[in-house]
Amino acid sequence: MQTVKMVVTGPFNAGKTEFIRSVSEIDVVSTERKISSALERTVKEATTVAMDFGRITVDEDLVLYLFGTPGQKRFDFMWEILSEGMLGFIVLVDSTRPETFREARSILETFRAYAPTPYVVAANKQDKKDAWELEDMRLALRLDSKVKFLPCVATDRDSVKTVLLELLYSILAEMEGGEK
Amino acid sequence: MALRGNLRDFTITQLLNLINLARKTGTLIVEGPSETAQVSFRDGKLAYAQIGREDGGLASILYKANKLSAGQYRAIQQRAGSISDKELGLLLINAGYVTQEDILTNLQQHFTDIVQRLFTWVEGFFRFENDQLPPEDRINVRLDLENLIIEGSRQLREWEQLQDEIPSLDMALKFTDRPDANLRKVNLSVEEWRVVSYINPKNTIRQIANATKMNDLEIRRIVYGLLQAGLVEICRPEGAPPPPPARMFPTENKDEQKSLVNRLINRIRSL
Repeated sequence: MQTVKMVVTGPFNAGKTEFIRSVSEIDVVSTERKISSALERTVKEATTVAMDFGRITVDEDLVLYLFGTPGQKRFDFMWEILSEGMLGFIVLVDSTRPETFREARSILETFRAYAPTPYVVAANKQDKKDAWELEDMRLALRLDSKVKFLPCVATDRDSVKTVLLELLYSILAEMEGGEK
Repeated sequence: MALRGNLRDFTITQLLNLINLARKTGTLIVEGPSETAQVSFRDGKLAYAQIGREDGGLASILYKANKLSAGQYRAIQQRAGSISDKELGLLLINAGYVTQEDILTNLQQHFTDIVQRLFTWVEGFFRFENDQLPPEDRINVRLDLENLIIEGSRQLREWEQLQDEIPSLDMALKFTDRPDANLRKVNLSVEEWRVVSYINPKNTIRQIANATKMNDLEIRRIVYGLLQAGLVEICRPEGAPPPPPARMFPTENKDEQKSLVNRLINRIRSL
């Protein structure tokens, strides 16, 4: 059996666990724990502390694993371990919480430093009425126009599929570009 | 128990605060990533500071502060021999080259600069040697620590923010290809121009910092400004050795790898 993996990363409460849950064929193996910080508890009750783990069986020989990183900075020692050998990564950003944009930018730069693999950035919670416009977010996140920046709703399977496909197209394009 | 530990657990600002509150006398020795600093205190006040092998002698400090000419500095180096800083200070005052205030102000500034450089050290070990005083021949000052502590807290916050923005100094910089990004229209400081002159995807930010003799905080501050102004962007350094090979694909064959990605695409589409 062959296995490949992709990593879903982003700041705290960006929607990484939901993203993986939407497409995983198994119940996501989650390492969520109750949040100890009162401030963070106002955002959500539990958070990922080690990783989330989802699976998509491609055929009898090939399985894709999706790993979700913990979003809080104090668990960042897990990031490098999870990034090892990844085909590519997705940076998920909460479109309704501009206070997390700077951290998203930092996470993106950290993962770019780990490995020169393709990546896409997804603006999650675009269905919420207070979500930022994509173009405004691109500027705030200082994303180059060449970086794929996609709208996303992590609870919607089609939306998640689009993000995964765009990352796979980038991986394919890079492989073809590398051959020239 | 001896005051010793790791800067990861106890910051320089916290150490200064403790020394200030406990009115300690002694020398704080900090072993940083590449050099060691010694900072001495009397009754909780900064008395003296020395970093690495830098020349912390009075003549050198006054020369760097343009209080002595190159000729005067050279003459002191040649003729003063083993004269102590205290004796040299008296000679210079009596000769009318500098005033007592010049000496004290410049020593205070020099020691303050050293402590401020320590604020950027986040890795390293420290120990406090009770009652160890600075060398006898050096002039001491008496500088309250409160302002330094406040400045240190400010720098720590700035440092944390800059680390978030620029987490790795092993990345390189390149000029953006935005048509409206024009360096000639921007007012840059001398330091910023020095950094700009080294911007090239082949140079890592760390190499630029070394070439321009800037510490981590200074280089991050300038790079952050250039990033915010949209003049540069971060990229992977060209020609750098690739990171340790991690097996992304279960096969080395390029055609099989492409086929694998196409199978993944088909499967995701069918979900």
